[in-house]
Amino acid sequence: MLDDRHGDAFVAFEHVQKSYDGQTLVVKDLNLAIGKGEFLTMLGPSGSGKTTCLMMLAGFETATHGEIRLAGRPINQVPPHKRGIGMVFQNYALFPHMTVGENLSFPLEVRGMAKPDREARVKRALDMVQMGRFISRRPAQLSGGQQQRIALARALVFDPELVLMDEPLGALDKQLREHMQFEIKHLHEELGITVVYVTHDQGEALTMSDRIAVFNDGRIQQLAPPAELYERPGNSFVASFIGENNSLPGVIEEFQGDKALVRLDGGGVIDATAVNIREKGQRTTVSIRPERVEFKPEMMPPGAHTIEAKVAEVVYMGDILRARLAVAGSDNFVMKMRNTIGQTRLEPGQVIRIGWHPQDARALEPTA
Amino acid sequence: MKTTLILSTALSGLAFAATAQEVNVVSWGGAYETSQVEAYNKPFTAETGIRVNMIAADNPATPLKAQVEAGNVTGDVFDVEVSDAIRLCDEGALMEIDPAMLPAAPDGTPAVDDFVPGALQDCAVANIVWGTVISYNTTKFEGEMPQTAADFFDTETFPGKRGLPRNPKRTLYLALIADGVPAAEIYDVLGTDEGVDRAFAKLDTIKNDVVWWEAGAQPVQLLADGEVSMTTVYNGRVFDAMVAENQPFEIIWDGQYMDMDMFVIPKDAPNLDAAVEYLKFATDTQRLADQARYIAYGPARQSSASLVGLYQDGVTEMAPHMPTSPEALENAVMDDPEFWADRDAEMVERFNAWLASS
Amino acid sequence: MANVALDPHAAVVSTASGGPAALTSADGTPLARALARSQRRARRRAFLLVLPLLAFILITFVVPIGQMLQRSFYNAGFSANMPQVSAWFAETERGTDPDDAAWAALAADLTAAAEARTVAMVGTRINYDLSGTRSLFTSTGRALRGGIEPPYRENLLEIDQKWGDPQLWSVMREASRPVTANFYLAAVDRARDAEGNIVQVDERQRVYTMLFGRTFWLSLVITALTFVLGFPIAHLLATLPLRKSNLLMILVLLPFWTSLLVRTTSWMVLLQQQGVVNDLLVWTGIIGASGRLQMIYNQTGTIIAMTHILLPFMILPLYSVMRTINPSYVRAARSLGASSWTAFRRVYFPQTLPGLGAGALLVFILAVGYYITPALVGGSSGQLISNMIAMHMTSTLNWSLAAALAALLLAAVLVLYWVYDRMVGIDNLKLG
Repeated sequence: MLDDRHGDAFVAFEHVQKSYDGQTLVVKDLNLAIGKGEFLTMLGPSGSGKTTCLMMLAGFETATHGEIRLAGRPINQVPPHKRGIGMVFQNYALFPHMTVGENLSFPLEVRGMAKPDREARVKRALDMVQMGRFISRRPAQLSGGQQQRIALARALVFDPELVLMDEPLGALDKQLREHMQFEIKHLHEELGITVVYVTHDQGEALTMSDRIAVFNDGRIQQLAPPAELYERPGNSFVASFIGENNSLPGVIEEFQGDKALVRLDGGGVIDATAVNIREKGQRTTVSIRPERVEFKPEMMPPGAHTIEAKVAEVVYMGDILRARLAVAGSDNFVMKMRNTIGQTRLEPGQVIRIGWHPQDARALEPTA
Repeated sequence: MKTTLILSTALSGLAFAATAQEVNVVSWGGAYETSQVEAYNKPFTAETGIRVNMIAADNPATPLKAQVEAGNVTGDVFDVEVSDAIRLCDEGALMEIDPAMLPAAPDGTPAVDDFVPGALQDCAVANIVWGTVISYNTTKFEGEMPQTAADFFDTETFPGKRGLPRNPKRTLYLALIADGVPAAEIYDVLGTDEGVDRAFAKLDTIKNDVVWWEAGAQPVQLLADGEVSMTTVYNGRVFDAMVAENQPFEIIWDGQYMDMDMFVIPKDAPNLDAAVEYLKFATDTQRLADQARYIAYGPARQSSASLVGLYQDGVTEMAPHMPTSPEALENAVMDDPEFWADRDAEMVERFNAWLASS
Repeated sequence: MANVALDPHAAVVSTASGGPAALTSADGTPLARALARSQRRARRRAFLLVLPLLAFILITFVVPIGQMLQRSFYNAGFSANMPQVSAWFAETERGTDPDDAAWAALAADLTAAAEARTVAMVGTRINYDLSGTRSLFTSTGRALRGGIEPPYRENLLEIDQKWGDPQLWSVMREASRPVTANFYLAAVDRARDAEGNIVQVDERQRVYTMLFGRTFWLSLVITALTFVLGFPIAHLLATLPLRKSNLLMILVLLPFWTSLLVRTTSWMVLLQQQGVVNDLLVWTGIIGASGRLQMIYNQTGTIIAMTHILLPFMILPLYSVMRTINPSYVRAARSLGASSWTAFRRVYFPQTLPGLGAGALLVFILAVGYYITPALVGGSSGQLISNMIAMHMTSTLNWSLAAALAALLLAAVLVLYWVYDRMVGIDNLKLG
């Protein structure tokens, strides 16, 4: 995986701050290095600062403090049209008064390219997204998915080394969105371009990215590859933001190396891995993924602590069964079971004991 | 029988009121309309009980023509210019008015002899005589003050811009007067091509110094702002500015253009009887004299002249301000509706072409 | 096929082989007829809803304007009141000298018209085409009240020699048909000579073509000025934060809320030679006291005052269009390598065209028809064609000529509208 060495990073944010009103910081001391050819996603809720970062990179916002570098060159003072960065907008921003061909030709024209060259490039870019026969249509005559491809082709037609995408799939329906995710990823691999992708959809982020930067409150909360982010969230925000998650508040009772015993507020003791908690007696929130919760003793490691749970309801979801349990005073604890032949069917009211591998339960800082 | 008669006479006002009679009078609005309301309408309603609805128009002849053409006449009495009165009368739109039905002067002189010449037409009775006069701002000149129409065209001796209305009727005559044509011969000269050329040639001498005005209120404002030093203006308007607003203006009566306003009744007036009553009442000697209390327009009856007293401020003697005073009449041009009915369109076109050429 | 597989949204249209069979509804009626029937009631109800407005427009707008326009080519002032001589004209060729029958018909018609008090209407009608003849008719009418004896020609000539003028007879022949193009000829400074040929009027009388030209030129200048001044304001309005843009909007709309006369008069106060602007220029020493600028009572005054008055009509459509232009278009253009000027020129500006078109059309059409402002501040060089229309409506009462001038103006505006439709498309017009 790529290093955080700023020197040879393709894109680098160094101590970047941004304020719109001079009173509050929207981006607080951002440091980020993106390697050449990487697909990096900025993920976070709205207002977390991710789009602002993208706009600063594109040149539509100026950094209040700090430096942004592209291929080693500071670009704070470079106007957007001289940065050579391709960009795909949430609403596609296809020029409505131009045909598809004219839209694609536009970046080449402003670069002073001769007409035959332009035509060849446009054709190539359109073929790349399988839209060759739409060259003389207007954007309004295209479906959302088709517009999305044209926007992609337009951002790529002038061979930028860096492409920014601002929630490009937000307006598409689920099926099409998944399809396009695949296609974008495919293009990224094929062309070897660097992509910075902004989204608030964690599924999208997990599917496509080499690395994900989770934004909240103007800071990067965690920067990691998708699997690490999902399985080893660095703090409570990441744990709750990425994927479904059960949170159990409690107090650290004992450390055994990385392992910790946690006494839950609602009663009972469980195993967990200490992440950003270091002291005995500290309060903590333990985070467990629903699919890692076990209720069959043979699936748990020997000596695992278990706690009592009462089944509140079971929802049949096709591929899985989703059980809502009352655990340690909370009745919102979720457990997912694969819908296999011979899977035990739980009934509401049934009392079971649940447990997990200690590395699947992560003791994080307490939530507010 | 006798009691009935007395009663009906005494209660005639009441009787009118009971039948809710009314008469619609279309006039020009402004101070002029106010003077008519004060001098005619209020005493008329007090005496007869007939309510008078005053309707203002830019030029009452326009709605009159429109109403007659549409076959839906709603006005009863219209206050129009002489040319329009004659034109509409010739076109058969107006009721003919027999002068014999108008009240005689207090000394018994019949109306026919009492009204000034031209004031009685086949279908119209004049109520006022008004003049377009030259007026100047006394603060604009030092020493000698302008006195004649010729001085109006002498921008060397009397510097400053000149105000003139943007129409041929009230400009061409002034040019000829200033060029030495006696008032009595104006229409003879203007009736020839050479005469018209002569008038335009005279106008050419001040063309670049003229500020053209359109509405009657403009020349007074131009004079007050110092935008022009001399202008032609309706005598009632400039009187108002001099007396009511104490503006430093003076009037030159030389080359006055006299016009009359006339009452006419359309043939299909909805309240014909009340309209005739109103016409007779409003044009009697006393009413015409009363009107001069409110505006400086001359009464159309000679018998009214001696009754004209003080302006409503109680100090200004009105007689010298009347366009019908001996001084004002000395070199005055009387409007000739026949001439202008023939020539207006042609002159207007030529006048505008002249304006546009530099 | 790969495309279709990749794009679920790609439309796949499969047409059944063979022509479509006539479909029927469940009860067997043809589907088209069933559909029409089911929609008929809704349509009728919708029609009833708009009926009052339709009637209102018809009564207050279409009918009066239609009547007015009819006057421009139809004037029965002569033909209806002079039936016998009109009949003689109808029977004879143009250029025929009046014979005894003609003189007899003329004398009979004049006598009858004098009785009916319509001779002035006849005179007025002839005066439109031949100035100075109205009094010929009215005075002859007065002379004829006692009746007339043959020989008619000699007796009429004795009343007035002008009756022998061939030009007069030519004009009467023209007027004997109520439908005439003469008012349109007059409206373009043309007239018919004694032989009936169309000729230009005397140079000293030519005023309408020049005024039409000036009207369209000034309207164009004013439209251009409202664009130059209004475009940045509209852009500001569309991009400023709401609170500031609302304040600015009030400033833009302020002229709408003040009376036209007040606005025009305040321009007088500002621009006249002894006015505020000149005072300021003299005070600051930019111009000398003797060199005060003439900014009003000429074309400059008309242009300034009308640009101000018509500015909102340009700003509002522009604003409403600009507000809908997503800022990401310009950003996209910039990110694609366009400088801010290129992005404006190639991407932003073309998208404002529907608003610009609407605003320009609106301003131009309004400017072409304006007359109060030019009348008050236009002096001699700032008069427009509508001032002449107003004058013929209210002063000379030649409504036929006024209608002809107005019809030409209307035609010009319609042509403009048509050109706009061909070039930009009327459906691209956005008024707000």
